[in-house]
Amino acid sequence: MSPDIRKTFHLDGVEIPFREGQTVFDAAMAAGIYIPHLCHNPDFEPHSSCRLCTVIVNGRPFASCTQPAVAGQDVKSDTPELNDMRRSLTEMLLVEGNHYCPACEKSGNCRLQATAYALGVQYNHYPQFFPHRDVDASHPEIILDRDRCILCGLCVRISRRVDRKNVFAMTGRGITTTIVIDSPSGLLVDSRVSRDDEAVQHCPVGALMMKGEAFKVPIGERRYDTSPISEDSVAKFQAREVRLHG
Amino acid sequence: MVREEPHPAMDPVREILEMHERDLGELLQVLIEVQHALHCVPDEAVALISDHLRVTRGHIRGVIGFYSFLSDTYLGEYVVYISDNITDRMLGSDGLAIYLCNRLGVTLGKTRADGRASVHFTSCTGMCDQGPAALVNGLPLTRLTRVRMDEIAKLINARTPVDQWPAEYFRVEDNFRRSDVMFRRTPEPGAALKAAMRRGGDETLKDIQYEEAVDPSSGHAWRRGADETLKELYRSDLRGRGGAGFKAAIKWETCRDISAPERYVVCNADEGEPGTFKDRVLLTSYTDMVFEGMTLCGYVVGSSRGILYIRQEYWYLRPHLEAVLARRRDSALLGRNILGTGFAFDIDIHWGAGAYICGMESALIESLEGRRGKPRKRWPLPVVAGLNNRPTVVNNVETFAAAAMIALKGGAWFAGHGTTHSSGTKLFCVSGDCDRPGIYEYPFGVSVREVLRDCGGLEAQAVQISGPSGTTITRLEFDRILAFEDLSTVGTFMVFGPTRDMFDVVRNFTHFFRHESCGLCTPCRVGTSLLASLVDKVAAGKGSPMDVEQVQKISQIMKTTAHCGLGQTAPNHLLDSLVKFRGDWDKRMVTTEFVPAFDLDAALGEARALTGRDDALAHL
Repeated sequence: MSPDIRKTFHLDGVEIPFREGQTVFDAAMAAGIYIPHLCHNPDFEPHSSCRLCTVIVNGRPFASCTQPAVAGQDVKSDTPELNDMRRSLTEMLLVEGNHYCPACEKSGNCRLQATAYALGVQYNHYPQFFPHRDVDASHPEIILDRDRCILCGLCVRISRRVDRKNVFAMTGRGITTTIVIDSPSGLLVDSRVSRDDEAVQHCPVGALMMKGEAFKVPIGERRYDTSPISEDSVAKFQAREVRLHG
Repeated sequence: MVREEPHPAMDPVREILEMHERDLGELLQVLIEVQHALHCVPDEAVALISDHLRVTRGHIRGVIGFYSFLSDTYLGEYVVYISDNITDRMLGSDGLAIYLCNRLGVTLGKTRADGRASVHFTSCTGMCDQGPAALVNGLPLTRLTRVRMDEIAKLINARTPVDQWPAEYFRVEDNFRRSDVMFRRTPEPGAALKAAMRRGGDETLKDIQYEEAVDPSSGHAWRRGADETLKELYRSDLRGRGGAGFKAAIKWETCRDISAPERYVVCNADEGEPGTFKDRVLLTSYTDMVFEGMTLCGYVVGSSRGILYIRQEYWYLRPHLEAVLARRRDSALLGRNILGTGFAFDIDIHWGAGAYICGMESALIESLEGRRGKPRKRWPLPVVAGLNNRPTVVNNVETFAAAAMIALKGGAWFAGHGTTHSSGTKLFCVSGDCDRPGIYEYPFGVSVREVLRDCGGLEAQAVQISGPSGTTITRLEFDRILAFEDLSTVGTFMVFGPTRDMFDVVRNFTHFFRHESCGLCTPCRVGTSLLASLVDKVAAGKGSPMDVEQVQKISQIMKTTAHCGLGQTAPNHLLDSLVKFRGDWDKRMVTTEFVPAFDLDAALGEARALTGRDDALAHL
């Protein structure tokens, strides 16, 4: 077979080219098609835990962020059924924690909020859990508000793989799962975290934030105030593709 | 690094650490031993373990938080876990738990102020045929009664060491009620291995040189024996007994054919599906068969290391299992030179610490590596990249026992039993409302009715096949058969008599899944909690048809989007119940209109607690 012939699969009837080893998610985003996602950040290894990026591959559901693209497969993503499930999953995350968008410093830059808008979440169909979770404001520059954590595990993965510090870990199980800090006291201030750590830059929600920076950009001028998350994610992904693969 | 001051109470921790290598894979084993020694894993111990194993405190705290039998707070001198399976409940376990709490003066889940004792609920302890059951300091208590609870409370209050309690309290029966061709007579230890090796054509197995033997191209009889044994396994069509039914021969061959410096054989004895207890009986009375099947697998796939991953509820089997392993080493059935052939294989025991999810093979491997038992991404499969990223065969206890018999008697013999797509026999764990609960061996294809007739449970209104994650069968379906063609099962068979309220069963199962969800993915973590609250709402008489719709919708989301089998199967019983026992739901619905889940009076409870008020005016 000639190497010029690019392999493709079908996504909602559109032919999508892919490179060997690419996931369904990466190929779709590179082709300009947004698949909703929260726990995945294309700059880091996928985790497939939020399940928003679930697609139907040849009739079976898979998380597209970890599913390898295979030539000729038939993938469905933008369907009423899947979008309805994505909306419900987003609502589940919203009731599980304590998310007060109007009072949250992250508003406008929050991927959970922006994804909820993108999916058309109007209100929560589920009762609020109102969990009691600890806030860790011990560090002079960084705050960890577990109330807003969606357990995407990005800080855990990045601190381990990129910063090589293992500052963050998960503890508990099931609905009691929370972030735990690696330090003798269990507090951020006693840990090896620093404001330059990659791990503290990528929290999709308002759980891990820099102190003193919350309102530097006024509400109304923030990332997802100016463009919807679907466009922003695709544009960012495509710029990254150009940077890495030309 | 800040050095901790020596802490005399931590001496047992230092002793435990000395016995373990500085390897992350030892972490869970160390934590279990510390928990047994101190009845908690305090921060001082975490610091010592962190130093010794060179793993962060954050990771250690994460592992402690994940497993039910580990605790960072002191649980007391006597720690009692009451088995919370529906079959235990049907025998009165919830009443007994409250009764024991009252006798001891403790609140459920809280350690008594003097540090003497605590009482908790735990998921099924695998004694469903002899419940109500519990664990005290890791040892199983069976056939509990109020009288027994009185005696236990007295012993605890008198600080009588558990090893001085009457042995009768801890008696565990096999209750092997029916055996078929597989478990009629136990073969001589080593017989299956010898038969396998002889399949290569060398009847004597003498004069085999190790170097010759391991070179597959040499075509030597010893190596040929492994290949012939794999062919027998193919001929047998043996499918995994853990429930999924994957063909064992394909798994073994895949593992064998991947080029790797090392590969592993793992026996899954996590047996966490409530109502399942066959692995306990196999590891008690057919121990050699199981270890022999593992050794055989090592021989076929070219592995030298086997691991038995066993749930901590069976901790009492530790001396027995260690003794059998030692005897097999003494008789050259394990070790560096098995049967004089130079084949090296040994088996370690690795304990779980209370997590249903670890029965899932990729979560089990994470647990073996000293991590939280979180299922891995779907690819690569463990047989390709499992433990330490090496090819790993993970099979159920019963699968290994069957493999040993196939090596001994041949694949055709095995395939001659059972049905077209489900060869051989299967062990069924019968519990609940029947005259003779226990273990029953049948060829695959037996009907539900036949099992019910044999166990004295024909009056049943329902049978739960394959545990909470399985299928609910009504009287109309008793002629369905137990086989991969119809009702595939790990072997769990819970019988519900005509007077049982099937909604209680649903509620018990729903709470079980909320407790056991690993928390990784959104649909399972949040979905199991939402389902439990919705079921509780209906139980409280506040349910409405909208809640039923919500249950159905959440169930569908979980089945489609959950990361692993736990979340995908957790709603099965609810969906079954809504179709087959809708009456037990409807009789709880007081209204056809919507009732909000938010309960204003209950929400004021916190304020009442803070102000110390509970008078009429403090309520709505």
